[in-house]
Amino acid sequence: MRLNVQYYALMREQAGRSDEALETSAATPADLYDELAGRYGFTLSREQLKVAVNSEFSDWSRRLAGGDSVVFIPPVAGG
Amino acid sequence: MRFRFTPTAIDSGEARRELLDLGAGGYVSFEGWVRDMNEGREVTRLEYEAFQTLGVKEGERIVADAARRFGVKHALCIHRLGSLELSDMAVWVGVSAAHRGEAFDACRFIIDEVKHRLPIWKKEHYRGGDSGWVNCERCAAAPQHHPHELSVEG
Repeated sequence: MRLNVQYYALMREQAGRSDEALETSAATPADLYDELAGRYGFTLSREQLKVAVNSEFSDWSRRLAGGDSVVFIPPVAGG
Repeated sequence: MRFRFTPTAIDSGEARRELLDLGAGGYVSFEGWVRDMNEGREVTRLEYEAFQTLGVKEGERIVADAARRFGVKHALCIHRLGSLELSDMAVWVGVSAAHRGEAFDACRFIIDEVKHRLPIWKKEHYRGGDSGWVNCERCAAAPQHHPHELSVEG
């Protein structure tokens, strides 16, 4: 299925892009993170991140559907 | 709209006017400024970026939650994005209420939740030319084969 992924901050720099549409067989955000960490060499472990699907915080075990938009959220530092 | 991002300087005088209310007997605001030092490193400037769609939704929830919880008249939070110099205002929170107690409490609640929850990232540039994403770089430097031993600051 085809998903949209956006990258921010440290992960944007490590992926070398802000967003992409990609074809994947990943069933969940956890699977997708493992796949992309292998591709881009992300240094943050999944335990340090949160994930959003379609602009809402999500469980890592949610079943992804074609067209979903996924954003991995590194440790935040607002304010 | 009770939470927003801005790519340009925050005008706190203008923002304050959005909180005026004939029933308000007090107004409390908080300004977060860019500091020249963090964890022993000399900071020369900052960059903020945010996942804005989710940030605005969560920010609106925080401010609405504060308004309900503390019974204030109006509350607003504005967070700056982009490149900031020392002493620039990074974030502004304002609350008006019938009495000062709930205004102080709501203001504190909002800034604490914003710092803790919103998908906003800060890159510090240091004297000497290097830079780093706050709360990310030191975790990232830890060994990758023991991910469960890592801790996230917050």
